[in-house]
Amino acid sequence: MGGLEKKKYERGSATNYITRNRARKKLQLSLPDFRRLCILKGIYPHEPKHKKKVNKGSTAPRTFYLLKDIKFLLHEPIVNKFREYKVFVRKLRKAYGKGEWGTVDRLKDNKPTYKLDHIVKERYPTFVDALRDLDDALSMCFLFSTFPRTGKCHVQTIQLCRRLAVEFLNYVIASRSLRKVFLSIKGIYYQAEVLGQPITWITPYAFAHDHPTDVDYRVMATFTEFYTTLLGFVNFRLYHSLNLLYPPKIDGQADVELKPAEGKEYAMDSESYLEKLSALSASLARVVATTPEDEVEMDEFPVEGETAEQMDSRKKEQEALEKHKNLFEGLRFFLNREVPREPLAFVIRCFGGQVSWDKSLCIGATYDVSDPSITHQIVDRPRVQQQVVGRYYLQPQWVFDSVNAKLCLPVADYFPGMLLPPHLSPFVTEQEGDYIPPEKLKLLAMQRGENPDEESEEEEEEEEEEDDNNKEEEEEEEEEDESEKEEEVKLKKMEEQKTQSNKALPVKVTAGKLRVEDRQRLEQEQQSEEKRLAIMMMKKREKYLYKKIMFGKKRKVREANKLAAKRKAHDTAVKEEKKKSKKARRA
Amino acid sequence: MEQPSPAGESEELTDSEESVYSGLEDSGSDSTSAGEEEEEEDPEEGPGGSSPPRTHAAPGAKGAPRKSKILADDSSLKENEGLLAQNEYEHDSSDEEDIRNTVGNIPMEWYQDFPHIGYNLDGKKIYKPIRSKDELDMFLEKMENPDYWRTVQDKMTGADIKLTDEQVELVHRLQKGQFGDVHFNPYEPAIDFFTHEVMIHPVTNRPADKRSFIPSLIEKEKVSKLVHAIKMGWIKPRKPKDDTPTYYDLWAHEDPNSILGRHKMHVPAPKMKLPGHEESYNPPPEYLLSEEERLAWEQQDAAERKLNFVPQQFRCLRAVPAYARFIHERFERCLDLYLCPRQRKMRVNVDPEDLIPKLPKPRDLQPFPTSQALVYRGHTSLVRCLSISPSGQWLVSGSDDGTVRFWEVCTARCMKTLPMGGVVKSVAWNPNPTICLVAVCVEQSVLLINPCLGDKLLYGATDQLLEAYAAPEEERVQPVRWAPASAEERARGIRLLVHHDKAVKQVTWHGKGDYFASVVADNGSRQVLIHQSSKRWSQSPFRKSRGLVQRVLFHPLRPYFFVATQRYVRVYNLLKQELTKKLMTNCKWVSSMAVHPAGDNIICGSYDSKLAWFDLDLSTRPYQLLRHHKKALRSVAFHRHYPLFASASDDGTVIVCHGMVYNDLLKNPLLVPVKVLKGHAVTLDLGVLDVLFHPTQPWVFSSGADGTIRLYT
Repeated sequence: MGGLEKKKYERGSATNYITRNRARKKLQLSLPDFRRLCILKGIYPHEPKHKKKVNKGSTAPRTFYLLKDIKFLLHEPIVNKFREYKVFVRKLRKAYGKGEWGTVDRLKDNKPTYKLDHIVKERYPTFVDALRDLDDALSMCFLFSTFPRTGKCHVQTIQLCRRLAVEFLNYVIASRSLRKVFLSIKGIYYQAEVLGQPITWITPYAFAHDHPTDVDYRVMATFTEFYTTLLGFVNFRLYHSLNLLYPPKIDGQADVELKPAEGKEYAMDSESYLEKLSALSASLARVVATTPEDEVEMDEFPVEGETAEQMDSRKKEQEALEKHKNLFEGLRFFLNREVPREPLAFVIRCFGGQVSWDKSLCIGATYDVSDPSITHQIVDRPRVQQQVVGRYYLQPQWVFDSVNAKLCLPVADYFPGMLLPPHLSPFVTEQEGDYIPPEKLKLLAMQRGENPDEESEEEEEEEEEEDDNNKEEEEEEEEEDESEKEEEVKLKKMEEQKTQSNKALPVKVTAGKLRVEDRQRLEQEQQSEEKRLAIMMMKKREKYLYKKIMFGKKRKVREANKLAAKRKAHDTAVKEEKKKSKKARRA
Repeated sequence: MEQPSPAGESEELTDSEESVYSGLEDSGSDSTSAGEEEEEEDPEEGPGGSSPPRTHAAPGAKGAPRKSKILADDSSLKENEGLLAQNEYEHDSSDEEDIRNTVGNIPMEWYQDFPHIGYNLDGKKIYKPIRSKDELDMFLEKMENPDYWRTVQDKMTGADIKLTDEQVELVHRLQKGQFGDVHFNPYEPAIDFFTHEVMIHPVTNRPADKRSFIPSLIEKEKVSKLVHAIKMGWIKPRKPKDDTPTYYDLWAHEDPNSILGRHKMHVPAPKMKLPGHEESYNPPPEYLLSEEERLAWEQQDAAERKLNFVPQQFRCLRAVPAYARFIHERFERCLDLYLCPRQRKMRVNVDPEDLIPKLPKPRDLQPFPTSQALVYRGHTSLVRCLSISPSGQWLVSGSDDGTVRFWEVCTARCMKTLPMGGVVKSVAWNPNPTICLVAVCVEQSVLLINPCLGDKLLYGATDQLLEAYAAPEEERVQPVRWAPASAEERARGIRLLVHHDKAVKQVTWHGKGDYFASVVADNGSRQVLIHQSSKRWSQSPFRKSRGLVQRVLFHPLRPYFFVATQRYVRVYNLLKQELTKKLMTNCKWVSSMAVHPAGDNIICGSYDSKLAWFDLDLSTRPYQLLRHHKKALRSVAFHRHYPLFASASDDGTVIVCHGMVYNDLLKNPLLVPVKVLKGHAVTLDLGVLDVLFHPTQPWVFSSGADGTIRLYT
């Protein structure tokens, strides 16, 4: 026969993958170093398609890296830096042990350092790539910036994170690119749109952290090391895209205003600068001062093949976006001391509002409580002692809800001490068949320009007047689930038919009418039967897939129905309560 | 021979000069253990080149070289030494210390018993000195000789040697642990060469070299090279401070096409899931968990939970606490990013409607039975089997209640009821339209019944045909016993009885109506029997059993015979008496079988709810395996004219399918299910037991476990 003997696992997918241990040995790195390298270079394990083939016939659970990835790590300059650092640490320890302080100083002077610039460039060849991956970087930086200055990681890292986070917030304010905010129980989610890329990040509520013991802070610190580098470069580029100075400078005029009047130094200059910046109340200095007239109208180039309708819709969208950006334009807010200052100041400033707070609360307050021009005061207390006429006293949720609704919501629901309407997630886009909470429906109607508020109120009044029976019917009508409604109608029809047939009174029944209905039903039945028969003829694999899809769909419907039922039960319970209290009042 | 001696001396001199320092050092520490020192000294002497001037082998002799070494400047001893050396060199070369005896360094007691003590240089024996001395002589000598105490015996020569005064003195000194040398003062005042005090004078008085006054040329060269390199900027005096700013425009020259090689396989990390309404601090009330849901949530494994938090409602923003697992979640995200294996999963984004195959509409495939037309009631137990007369006018059914009933098809009227006295397993109407005969399996016998229905001429002719039988001359050995019916049985219509050894399962007619086959519930070779009714003759066609036979059938046109065992269907050629084909059904247990009227296609129903369609021209494997039924198939049937086949199952349904077989051999049969017929109630886990098509009309009969027979038209 001839030919070379073909050995198993010497070609194909078995040679494309490498286990972690073998990779580590190939790179001659310790596990922590290997981990660091993987984190910095963004190397992750791959799940092979045929695990057993790759694992040389064994089914033991192993992590596999792509051999190409590992080869790619082989000539990474940082690997050498790791080794140098190891040597440095050894020398330093020796010098310490011998008490040779001169050597210690000299060694510390020559401490090997490395830069991650080339890795950032390599991992994100274009700026847009970097923006796409910014979510985790921002969340991590915001988390690290809230860490205490002791213990868990270097103070420099924390300071750097804080600086970068504040810079990014300032950029978002300057570019007005914030789109959505969400107060979750985990923290506050923000979504900004930068160069067309949605960037979402989460910040924790401003409380001290209860540091868990089962978290490896070294891993997080390595990630942060990379993320700070990335975020720094991104910030630089973003600032320059807006013609802003980087590192950011507060606008000269605002800077003067911010100077404490008494001449007392607030803090050290370097520190106070960051604090002023993080107060988020002043605009930033530009490289070239712009005047409002400078903003040029964008020329429109009709795209080939685009109909007038599409153009119109695009234009409308643009207008809506512009309107959204200037949502709080001309409004002056004042934040009471019990509300979270930073998120609110950030959000209000992002939409063009002016904001201030008590001078003693934070640096950067621009006007006082007594300022008569204040239009909205954000309060988070059950009641306000002294109310000034001419301004709304509102709970903070109003700001966030308004931003998400893209319009200034009616203030009545948000007065201090009121039971707040539910705060909905702006990240949910309901598809057909999903459950939509009634509040969202109301909001959607409001966005379309209708005024469902009055209607619903009227309805409520009517409802109260009407009898119980009617109420139930109405509730049925209220029900959102269209399909259910249809089904019910169908059922009713069928019942009617049955009763009619049972009664067996052909005199009254007009035969023609019945036939029409029958035909419809028959047709439907026939179609469904045809479908059933066709399903019977499906191939095994396709049938499996089909059943899986249908199962998923059914589950979705079931969940939606469950939510709807829960809501209904809740509403009836609330109504009962209301009624009872009303009766009690009457009596 | 004079020459070497001064040379050796001078060497010794230099040696001593070198060792001045060491000797001084020794003096302090080793004064007590002279014996040790001797041994230490030994190796030093070797390289020195001077052979030790040993004249005596006595331990004292070792003192001599030592002496000479340490006190080299002592003149008197030097002379003595010189003498000794001279004596030695007189005698022989320097590398032999005592060559009178050549035995070497061995224990001398080996020579105790010999007269000689060794060999001299010439190889002659050296004899021991004649010792005539006995103990008495020894004692006398001790008494008389005043030098006895200083006389020692040289072991090598056996001669007595008298020690000199100096040697005795040395021995005494050594015994006392003193230095061998008399003149040596171990307690000399120490001269501090390297003191803490800074001396004004150098240790040596050597004038300074010239080179210490002029700058080094080599060094100058080196420095100038370095200076030049620094000037040229080749080397930097210290590590250059990195003056590039920390952040700059990294993407100034971005090349969107620069995609690394590995990026082809790059799987970007999926983004975090965005929060839904339930994560809000003030969610709509329906998203809050009820008590049971909360309990369920708590009992679930953390990895299985759909939400990794419990939705909560707070009245105002001020009341919202910190989220305890915030750092955890970030950390888990980090772990996911660098530890979690990634794989590109292709999402099947198909419309489920597209998966449904496009089949011709059942409406276009009419006629086929669509609705239930008649129900034949009368049986009190499950109806096992059905058969229809070739004209399609009469229907016969066998039931577990022990009766066979004859029905008129069009009116659903029960024409006749014949009690059989046992469970009726199978009935088969003779397919020959000129014969009116029904074969019925009851327990161990097959009964041929003339139902006396329809044309009187016809059933009269049948009786005549049966009576025309003339018994052959010689009785042939048969596997079964043929018996004509008794008068009473005749009145009931029974004409012939074929008694088998075991219970009969199935009976089936050949298309011509003369032969019929019966299947016996047995495991042996006589499971299948073929009978000829006109000759009342039976035979067992198979010599060997090939498994439990489930069902047999005659080919409608050709002399083929189908035998279905549990897993296979075998096709035998009856003329050639050989196996033609063996069909694999891919089923666990075949329950029923039917042959297409053209004879090229077979369908097999099985208890594992599969229906296999075989195209005999195509392959021995099923052309298509249909899994329409939810439960075991009990019966399958083909229509004689229309392209229809039906299957009956335990789930209580009969499924009618369109099974078009084309004459064109290249075109595969088209199978389309057209109707699911329901009607039978499932009793005792049994649904429909038998199904049968009307011979001419597109009607289907089904008999069920509920004791009814139904006709669908």
